[in-house]
This record gives sequence, C-alpha cells and structure tokens, in this order.
Amino acid sequence: MDDSQVPQEGNALFKGQRKAVYARGLDGKVRPVPSAGWQVEEIVTRQALEVLAAQAETARQRALRGEASPLEYHMYRSRMDLPLLAQSTGIWQWRVRRHFRPEIFSKLSNAILSRYSEAMGVPMEKIQSAEP
Amino acid sequence: MSAFQHRHASHCESGVMAALVTHAGLPLSEPMAFGLASTLSFAYIPLIKVGGLPLVAYRALPHAITKGLRKPLGLTMQVETFRKADQGVARLDELVAEKQLVALQTSGFWLPYFPEDLRFHFNVHNLIVFGRDGDDYLISDPVFEDTVRCPKADLTKARFAKGLMAPKGRIYFTRSTVQEPCWGKILPAAIRKTCRTMLAPVPFAGAKGIRSLARAVAKLDNSGDGAHARHFLGHMVRMQEEIGTGGGGFRFIYAAFLQEAAELLNLPPLATKADEMIAIGDEWREIALAAALMIRGRKLLEPKLIAAMLSTQADREESFFRALRALV
Repeated sequence: MDDSQVPQEGNALFKGQRKAVYARGLDGKVRPVPSAGWQVEEIVTRQALEVLAAQAETARQRALRGEASPLEYHMYRSRMDLPLLAQSTGIWQWRVRRHFRPEIFSKLSNAILSRYSEAMGVPMEKIQSAEP
Repeated sequence: MSAFQHRHASHCESGVMAALVTHAGLPLSEPMAFGLASTLSFAYIPLIKVGGLPLVAYRALPHAITKGLRKPLGLTMQVETFRKADQGVARLDELVAEKQLVALQTSGFWLPYFPEDLRFHFNVHNLIVFGRDGDDYLISDPVFEDTVRCPKADLTKARFAKGLMAPKGRIYFTRSTVQEPCWGKILPAAIRKTCRTMLAPVPFAGAKGIRSLARAVAKLDNSGDGAHARHFLGHMVRMQEEIGTGGGGFRFIYAAFLQEAAELLNLPPLATKADEMIAIGDEWREIALAAALMIRGRKLLEPKLIAAMLSTQADREESFFRALRALV
C-alpha cells in the first residue's frame, strides 16, 4: 500500500479518531500514516454490531412477552454471551440459563443481582426491566 | 529519565513495547519491536472459539512481543498479576508515584475513551500509564493519536475484566537501561524464527494455516440467505482489522521491519523482500474488500471465490518465506 492509497474515506464508528497504518512513501520507505478509516472495516464492524443488536432486540421482545427474564436482554446489550457472562459473574452457565426464566429471575436475591449488575455494568435499578 | 513521549502506533502491543524500550534508552520503532519479537504469523484454530467462530489470527499470540524482546535486547521485564482488584490498584498507584512507566493489559470494552461502537469484550488491549492527576490516570494508548485520560474506576474494571485471556490486572514494566544490541546476530535470528513459524509443518499455523482457512471458507454454505457464511467472512476480516491493523496491516509493519533490517545489516536483498511483502499485504486488503462487498450484498456471495484468493495467498506467503529463509 502506498501513501496515496491509505484509506481516508472515514469510518463513522471512529468518531473522528484516526488510526495509524503503515504505507510506502514516495521515497520507497514504509512508515506510519494516519488513516481516517476504511469502508471495509466499517462494514464488518457494523455487521458485528448488528448481530449483537438483533440478539438484544429478540431477547427484549421475549422479555416483554414474559417468555424470558430481562437478564438475557441485558447480557446481549452488554455485548456479552452466555460463557462470558458466566465467567464474569462466577455463576455457572446452567444457573445463568435458569435465571433467564422470568419466574426464577424475579425471586433472585439482591446479592446475585448485584453480581450481574457489576459484571454487565447495568445499574441495579435497571436490571429488573428490559428497557435500554 | 527523560519525559515520556507518546507515539501513535498501528498495533497496541508493539506500540507499547516500542515506547517502553525507547524510554529505557534504545530508540526502537514499532516495526522493529514487531519484527524482532518474530510476531508475524498466521493461525487458524477451529478448536478455540471467539464469539462462537474459530480463532483466526494474523500474528503471534498476545504477550509474544513482551516475551520475544527480552532475549534479543537483554531486557528484564517485571510482570505482575493480581488476584484482587484492590491489590492491583494499590500496586499501580505505588509505581506511578515512583514515576515508573507501567504497561497494562486491559479489556477495551470498559475504557470510556474508546468510541462506543468499537467497544468489544477483547481482553488483550495494551496501554501505558505514565502519570496520575487526581482520580484520573494519564494514559498513552498507542492506537490513539494523542494521550488520553481514564478515571480510576473504569480502568480498574478494564484491568479486571473476566473471560478469554482475562488480564487479571496484569502490569509489566522495566527498570533496566537497554543498550544497543548486536544487530548482526539478533536480526537474522528473528527473521529465521518468523520463517520457521510461517513454514511450520502443522495444519493450523503459517502458510498451511491459511490453506486450512481456505478449505473452511470453501465449505461455507451460501444457499438460502447465507447468514452463516456472511458471519464467518465478517469474522475473518474483523480479526484482520480490529485485532489486526487495517487490511493485512501486520504484513505492512513487517515490510517496514525488513527495510530497517536491510539497512542495519547492509543487506539490500531484504529491501527487495520488503516490496514483495507490501504486495502480499495489498492482496490481503483485496481479500478483505471482496469479503466486505459480499457481506453487504454489493457482490454475489461466493465463498469459493474468497477461498481461491486465500489459497493463492497461502502459496505466495509460502514461497516468500522460503526465499527469505535462504537470505539470512
């Protein structure tokens, strides 16, 4: 990649940040050049965000219909999955899955809830409802 | 000790190590840190899942640069991890109070200065703390253009995130002064090591790893809406972008390293190899572009086409490293 080919089309997700990429200058030397972003990178990052957002939305709908607890929604919204949430809280996966059931989630102690709240960075007062 | 200088880098770990070594007395560029630690690599490991998909890596495992620079530069690194967060905080504060430059392993998800959309649970983001101002740490994050600040509570959360490759509050630093090494000895050794990795006779690493990835991509099902195929291709490119550095970026860093090595060793053929490496990096960019267009539906979803490109890439990298091996 030459200096002139360094992508500058801008990646909206960078929020104005630039990243350093290495490219060949006119003198033939490769050196770091700030890049405003590449559409390819934006496409694949957006794709990952969309997958996570879709999972969160499905979980939110399930929670609103009373088929799942808000915990599943908050998990996806925190960009986590089951293994990561289990590891972050120290609660076994089968137990976390059990807590996805609304009737069991509603009876959880504050101690357990605060572990979830801490791990996902969701405040205690928000964890009981599937609202953003 | 002179004042610490922040430098914008392409990759966090090589950027952090180049800054630490430079501060310790030996001016070291990011590509030199990267190449000297023999970091260029390729791995495709279906058994390790990242977000449910196989691990694809375009460089050596995290910590490889920190570990790899010790021997060639005679560098003594102190590495500490902590079982409890408060111990980790106290130790960091103690070192910062001594004006010691400290590198940390963190999870990017919890760092508030990261743009929201780029925060993922990725546990091996490296940065340097170079001071404190009240409850804020002063941070040199090599992938950012300027220095940043981070409140203590957030940084602590980032240092003690859980999950795959959890940082456990890991800090690393050096108190030693680094002398000019014998380039004639350490550079050829580092290049030979990279050649060994890239030509390793195992199906999950090096050129053979690229071939295994090509086979996996060829088998992707593009019938129906092709959701899985798109997801897989996106993942492959993301590993190249976010964890890599912009379309085969590691290949370009390695090209910069080969140019520096050509001068230090007075071996012009290495500079020619650097140009070939740039061409290989450009090819990785083409693969990423083709995959991205397929993901967005601007191009027909044809995993076999990407597989063929990958397979050609495997051949190119294989012959590149065979020729490089013969030079040093």
